[in-house]
Amino acid sequence: MTLLAVVTVAIIYQRSLFGVVILASMYSFLMATLLVVLDAVDVAMTEASVGAGVSTVFLLAALHLIKTTEMGPIRRHTVPLLVAIGTGAVLVWGTNLLPPFGSPDGVIHGHVAPRYIADTIRETNVPNVVTSVLADYRGYDTLGETTVIFTAGIGVMLLLRGGRRRGRAAEEKASK
Amino acid sequence: MSALAELVGRYNYVITIFLMMAGLYIVVARGNLVKKLIGLSIFQTSVYLLYIEPGKIVGGTAPIIDPAFTVYSNPLPHVLILTAIVVGVATLALGLALVVRINEAYGTTEEDEILGKDREA
Repeated sequence: MTLLAVVTVAIIYQRSLFGVVILASMYSFLMATLLVVLDAVDVAMTEASVGAGVSTVFLLAALHLIKTTEMGPIRRHTVPLLVAIGTGAVLVWGTNLLPPFGSPDGVIHGHVAPRYIADTIRETNVPNVVTSVLADYRGYDTLGETTVIFTAGIGVMLLLRGGRRRGRAAEEKASK
Repeated sequence: MSALAELVGRYNYVITIFLMMAGLYIVVARGNLVKKLIGLSIFQTSVYLLYIEPGKIVGGTAPIIDPAFTVYSNPLPHVLILTAIVVGVATLALGLALVVRINEAYGTTEEDEILGKDREA
């Protein structure tokens, strides 16, 4: 976890965008390792492939398209820093009311989760509870998720394609 | 022992909140649009941690039913965060496409240069 914090500080101060992308990928791998420790193996797998893999490819593709790898000079910003520190302090104060880490009697373990764990074999015959909840109990969420991805894909295609066409039309007009 | 456990629990939350605030700071303070998006995804991953951490039970194992184990970590946050990761990469892709378009139109990805060009126009 401390490593995560170190990488984040490096991301804040790194000016080369290429370096930032690689550091972000490293951050995702560290996050995936941490998720394995926290028993969230499915999430860790997704984070390693999507966060460290696909996101990095997208970022590198975008860097290729915008053809810049350096960002402007970094200036001191006091107001955002103060806002961030203030909000962070309030949030840390708020953790006083959260249950301690790893305790089995937190509120989060009381609701539907025990029922999922107890009944999943009988009801769905899938030993991986995460899969059964994702596909069976909360299937509508997953449907919504795929809708979001579909919409985002359409958006990306329209933005990149439409931009090209308009740019070419403007060039033709200028040459006439 | 309980004091130690309490300290470890707080440490988790403190690091999570630090990551969250670092993401917020990058989004607000850095002018480059690509870096802003990376800050946004750091904020997102800190939220993943915030969800997954309370679901962990000390001595529990990953929620895959097996006769050898009786204590499992809470599977519900895992499912929610799986959805969140995928939605996060979709929004990242959309944001990057917008950045590429902005770069085509303005020739820069620095926020203040874009604002300056807007004012000139």
